Amino acid sequence: MSAETITCVGCPMGCRLNVQLEDGKVTGVDGAGCGRGAAYARQECVCPTRVVTTLVKVEGRRAPLSVKTSRPVPKARIAACLKAIHEVRAVPPVRVGDVLVRNICDTGVEVVATMEISKGGT
Amino acid sequence: MTDIDTLIIGGGPAGLAAAVAAREAGCENLLLLERDEALGGILRQCIHTGFGLHVFKEELTGPEYAQRFADQVRALKIPVQCGTTVLDVTGERVVTAVSPQRGIQRFRARAIVLAMGCRERTRGALMIPGWRPAGVYTAGTAQRFVNLEGWMPGRRVVILGSGDIGLIMARRMTFEGAEVLACVELMPFSSGLTRNVVQCLDDYGIPLLLSHTVTEIHGRERVEGVTVAQVDAQRRPVPGSERRFACDTLLLSVGLIPENELSKAAGVALSPATSGAVVDEALQTSVPGLFACGNVLHVHDLVDHVSEEAARAGRSAAAYAQGTLGTQGTGLRVVDGPGVRGVVPQFVNAARLTDELTVMFRPAAVYRDASVVVRIGGEEILRKKQRILTPGEMVRLTVRREQVLPRAQGRELSVEVMP
Repeated sequence: MSAETITCVGCPMGCRLNVQLEDGKVTGVDGAGCGRGAAYARQECVCPTRVVTTLVKVEGRRAPLSVKTSRPVPKARIAACLKAIHEVRAVPPVRVGDVLVRNICDTGVEVVATMEISKGGT
Repeated sequence: MTDIDTLIIGGGPAGLAAAVAAREAGCENLLLLERDEALGGILRQCIHTGFGLHVFKEELTGPEYAQRFADQVRALKIPVQCGTTVLDVTGERVVTAVSPQRGIQRFRARAIVLAMGCRERTRGALMIPGWRPAGVYTAGTAQRFVNLEGWMPGRRVVILGSGDIGLIMARRMTFEGAEVLACVELMPFSSGLTRNVVQCLDDYGIPLLLSHTVTEIHGRERVEGVTVAQVDAQRRPVPGSERRFACDTLLLSVGLIPENELSKAAGVALSPATSGAVVDEALQTSVPGLFACGNVLHVHDLVDHVSEEAARAGRSAAAYAQGTLGTQGTGLRVVDGPGVRGVVPQFVNAARLTDELTVMFRPAAVYRDASVVVRIGGEEILRKKQRILTPGEMVRLTVRREQVLPRAQGRELSVEVMP
């Protein structure tokens, strides 16, 4: 039996949720102003995930390439994902949606480009 | 002098959506001028997600959102000139622009859409004592350095102000290897979205110091630290509460101001509440044929709402250029009631309303379980209960045409918050 306090991000109310956990399962949520709070707590306290957006270096250019994970990755893996993504080097031309890493840190998630870089550009 | 039917100034989200809508409304002779080297405006440097949930029904990054609109502009063969800075706009709609490729150019436009966006409030506006060392940047400037140009502004960072750009930069700087020591907010609440406070600060253990401010910047050549103090209810520093953070960078996220230099040159009347143009329901300014939309009109929270608003401005401008917008009819003056700041539009020509009227404003303070009430000439026509209203979240209301039309005889429309 353990407890955690988190802030709901469902709306600007920002309800403080007191979440009771047992064996990694949510057994109770107090403080939620609406049903969305309980649903958020069940996801956030058991397996919080985030889409990671960051930058990749580009061969021969100062300006970096912006990338994102194609789906949310577990919050606990963000640091490892960032480290791996920062070792990638992109080669122009790049189109939006081009896959740079197929399976980042064994999460089953791709890292894709979010901008385009033409071949001749600096 | 080149004749243009609809000329759009700015190629950010507002300008792009206005251009697409003007073309779709039948405008043949269209031109978009953009100062930067590429289309997209501020979206290009907003590499985080959270854009497009309303317009595209999916969560996109800024560059992806911009790309969708830039692709539409390309597909519709809308002429675009990047690297082109507009120097002057006159009330007679003569536009002077300059670019390295074409030198000085002059255009005479039938209609103009002002979509120049906004600027960040800078250190000069805050009067923080100290020298002028390197290492003090607005959050958006730092965002451009990091995300577009590939430079890190520093390694140990304090952020003053909890606007969304500051919160986003706290996470960005952390991701790129910097240490963010604190986010300092003068007010007792954050002006950013709750989601950003949780996912950009809480996730990385970055403290949010509410009712605090930076009282001194240390260092002569380079920032060496800042003094942070608590403030009282009158926002005055509390003696004895000072503490010093050793840092090499101070980022400022302390407000955005619509960039209306060109609007002023053209004689457009500005609203003290929004710092943007005074407009009617067609988003026409006080100068006939000049329309405004996006952050140059009033600072938005969501780009989706900018796109929507700009599309209306684009359609109105195209109609004006074609001579079909209609003359200004019965003018209904829109006023800010208690608890409300900066309602847009400020005038409504009721006879010209085609569908519904959209009004937008910011609550003056934080209200819980309050109602937003719209009245015409004192008569209540709309009441909407809201669980929470905060200055950080713009409120949008739609009023049906049938509710406005019968009551539109030269009276006042007011919007207020009733606690």
